[in-house]
Amino acid sequence: MTALRLLLRDRVAALGGLIVLFALVVAIFAPWIAPYPDDAFESHIMQRLRPPSAEFPFGTDNLGRDILSRVILGTRNALLVAVAVVLAAMAIGVPIGLAAGWREGWLSETLMRVTDVFLAVPQLILALALGQLIAPGIGAAMVALALTYWPFFARTVFAETRRLRSALFVDALAGIGASPARILFLHVLPNAAPAVLVRATIGMGFTILTAAILGFLGVGAAPPSPDWGLAVSEARQHLPEAWWFPTFPGLAILVLVLGFNLLGDGLRDAADPRLRRSRR
Amino acid sequence: MSPPVLQVEGLAVRLRGEGGVAEILDDVSLSVPRGGTLGVVGESGCGKSTLLRAILGILPRGAETPRGAILFEGRDILSDRAESARGRIGFVPQDPYLSLNPVFRAGDQILEIMRRHARGSRRDHRDRLVELFRAVQLPDPVAALRKYPHQFSGGQRQRLLIAAALACDPALVVADEPTTALDVTTQREILALLRGLVTERGLSLLFVTHDLGVLASVCTEVAVLYAGRVAEAGPTRAVLDAPRHPYTRMLLACHPDRATDLAGIPGTVPAATAQPTGCRFHPRCPIVHSGCAVEAPPMVSLGEGRAVACPWHEAALA
Repeated sequence: MTALRLLLRDRVAALGGLIVLFALVVAIFAPWIAPYPDDAFESHIMQRLRPPSAEFPFGTDNLGRDILSRVILGTRNALLVAVAVVLAAMAIGVPIGLAAGWREGWLSETLMRVTDVFLAVPQLILALALGQLIAPGIGAAMVALALTYWPFFARTVFAETRRLRSALFVDALAGIGASPARILFLHVLPNAAPAVLVRATIGMGFTILTAAILGFLGVGAAPPSPDWGLAVSEARQHLPEAWWFPTFPGLAILVLVLGFNLLGDGLRDAADPRLRRSRR
Repeated sequence: MSPPVLQVEGLAVRLRGEGGVAEILDDVSLSVPRGGTLGVVGESGCGKSTLLRAILGILPRGAETPRGAILFEGRDILSDRAESARGRIGFVPQDPYLSLNPVFRAGDQILEIMRRHARGSRRDHRDRLVELFRAVQLPDPVAALRKYPHQFSGGQRQRLLIAAALACDPALVVADEPTTALDVTTQREILALLRGLVTERGLSLLFVTHDLGVLASVCTEVAVLYAGRVAEAGPTRAVLDAPRHPYTRMLLACHPDRATDLAGIPGTVPAATAQPTGCRFHPRCPIVHSGCAVEAPPMVSLGEGRAVACPWHEAALA
């Protein structure tokens, strides 16, 4: 895989990949890594708001729970939300983009205008509204985020499909009897893959951020779940004394989002042969 | 005399579009003899590319062929959806840019076609392709296999596609203005290359162009297309030296090398949705007669393989 090798040679992207990989490992082994795995749900009111120390490296929160443990346990939630939302958005957006790009006429127009409508609605507002409509919770937040992110995939795939629809190699494929599905998925989609991949990776970071905002606003994860955004929200009442309380969950959000974005940039350069020379 | 490799008989192509039904080709007949080279010449929009697409079986959606036949080695490839011609016709496209899928390696794409259509093992295919790359003078033929299409220059890409067209040992090579996108020096090289390959391998060639100079240097036979019909056909030298159809005569008068003062042809090629009745050239013809707008003129044979679709071919241009 030359793409992988190129990615690893790109230091910045490799750093992003490392961060994401690290987060993935942490998420998988969270209950075993966390020093106090029970602190996800238990409270120890006697040791509340302790500053960072050897015993609690990130300090404790307003209910006396170890923040390090909660940050570690929260990784799982953050990644799960990101992956699920992006996969769902891709599952909706990619086929719509392909179909709209391939066909001409009312079907294509309808699909793209619906896409436009979804794009026009601010993501956060729709997520908030949906969160209120369905019972507030992480599930509603995920549905809302997936429903607002798919238009980006549809647009990206649509543009590429439209561009290639009249390409000679597509005509040739049709000429030797390849079905539209085969042409679209095996020959046109790979052309859009770099763009989709970048969108997906950056979308992961974006989703984590938006999910944290929703948690912060009280529409996403509900207490006592160890959600990063929720933790930052809970910490507001204890500022500026307990600086460690929002700092470490906030840093976790920052680092993971940064990791996904760096990886996304690197992936684009590595996976698209046409852009390959751009960085040299 | 062996039968022609390709014979187009009375072919008509219609395209249903938003502006109504476009009559793109009407009653087109031509043939490419075995080992011969036929050039199809005409202005933009006269149906040259559609003719090629019909032969290759890649007509756009909404196109139909109400009349006519395309015989390839004696078999009608319109009725069996080009089944019998598969892998036997090589195609050199006009614009080499999107002829290959940009995300796959050039070598892999050509080899995939060879696996389907050419005999031999993968090793043979690879060796033969490297051989072909050498024949079309691609620099570093072995490394070229592993390059992506965008890593070739324009001229190289055209060479690459000539190699691709020859990869399956076709009986006929069809070229659609393969040199219009190139600069003059590259154009000369590519034409020389094509000519060399055709004579060397005994290929038949159907060459579409709007450039009479290019035509004269490549083809022995010519068919002049106007608004979807054949206006004049015959040996290239004879037609170029003594054109008979008013359109051909005026077209030649437009060529900068041959004309003392550039005449031009007043008017434009009619829109395919609104073809004039009778002879399609009559609105622009300087020697138009009253009968011209009524009935389409039949091809008149002039002997020596020449034919012209104009009953007034001996009249002087006004």
